[in-house]
Amino acid sequence: MAAPRYRAAEAALLIVEPLDVFTAVFHRPSGVTHLLNEPAPQILEALGNEPLEMEALLAWLAERYDLGDADGSGTALLCARLDELEAAGLVERT
Amino acid sequence: MKHQITLGVGPVSFRIGSDWHGPIAALDALYHDYPRPGFADYSVRLEAISPWRRWIRPSIRVRGDYWLPDASPLPRAQGLLAAEMGMNLQVALGHRRHLLIHAAVVARGDRAILMSGVSGAGKSTLALMLSQRGWRFLGDEFAMIDPETGWVHPFPRPVSLKNESLELIPDEYRVGPLLAGTPKGDVRHVAPPTAAIAAMDEPARPALLVFPRFGFPSALGGLAASETFVRLTQASTNYVAMGEAGFRTLVRLRGRIPAVALDYPDGATGVAAVEALWDAL
Repeated sequence: MAAPRYRAAEAALLIVEPLDVFTAVFHRPSGVTHLLNEPAPQILEALGNEPLEMEALLAWLAERYDLGDADGSGTALLCARLDELEAAGLVERT
Repeated sequence: MKHQITLGVGPVSFRIGSDWHGPIAALDALYHDYPRPGFADYSVRLEAISPWRRWIRPSIRVRGDYWLPDASPLPRAQGLLAAEMGMNLQVALGHRRHLLIHAAVVARGDRAILMSGVSGAGKSTLALMLSQRGWRFLGDEFAMIDPETGWVHPFPRPVSLKNESLELIPDEYRVGPLLAGTPKGDVRHVAPPTAAIAAMDEPARPALLVFPRFGFPSALGGLAASETFVRLTQASTNYVAMGEAGFRTLVRLRGRIPAVALDYPDGATGVAAVEALWDAL
């Protein structure tokens, strides 16, 4: 079975307002305001360009941000954040 | 209803109906300088809780376009308080034309200070004291932010002062009756200065956001952008209902003006601190 690919909600559905370490995101379909901190805004940014598998997403983020060490904790953290973003309707699987 | 009055306050008009004459007469006196429009955005009804309770131990139930089912009735002697609570409720639950921030607002010219805080933070007292020092009083309950312009519209209702704050009432201000033993303690309503009422249609541009806290040693602190944002969402009674317009209005407000947390031990110190902040802008 192919690994799932993730993509961010359409840009037109989100209003993203960087504040400081937090970023406020208004999700138009639900009318809910989310307050995200690192690496959630960066995940949205990565998945806003094109759908990515977990591995590719991790590589994209690792290129630009410090995701921790190489013992796999980066993947675990990413899974947790993706689950949260998916539950919030900000990310979906394709 | 048998007795009624319409009142215009800034961008909002109310019709208050009552089973008794007393509360309407009290409103008529307290709101002496306010317009009496021919229509109303919101209705408030002061009803007897049952037909015989119009006369026997008369007890008022507040109803209106919006109301809370579990609100306790008030004795007839507190009719003015019931009307004021009813008007607040209509705006807090029904108003959608502006983003509402629970805040007192004063202005110099067309630039305004928003002072946001929970009940007891001292924002009403600060606003009243500042109004004696040349500041225009725009309101002590709701800052009404226009989503189109970001400007704050006056909603200069009378100030409700409680208990130890009663001694701060200036001599020359119009006051309502002393309402003793209300659920909030002893309460008296104070009408804003006539000039503030006359200018109720003149909005102001927010220039400073203060989160005051009464009864603490003097302290002044900056706020992170995210903390200001969260505090404002918490202070807004209609942020969720306003949807995207609420988000955009809040983001713009936060981004344009400085925000500080101000602890102060007494009114005079608070006023001096607010004016020092203003002078430093």
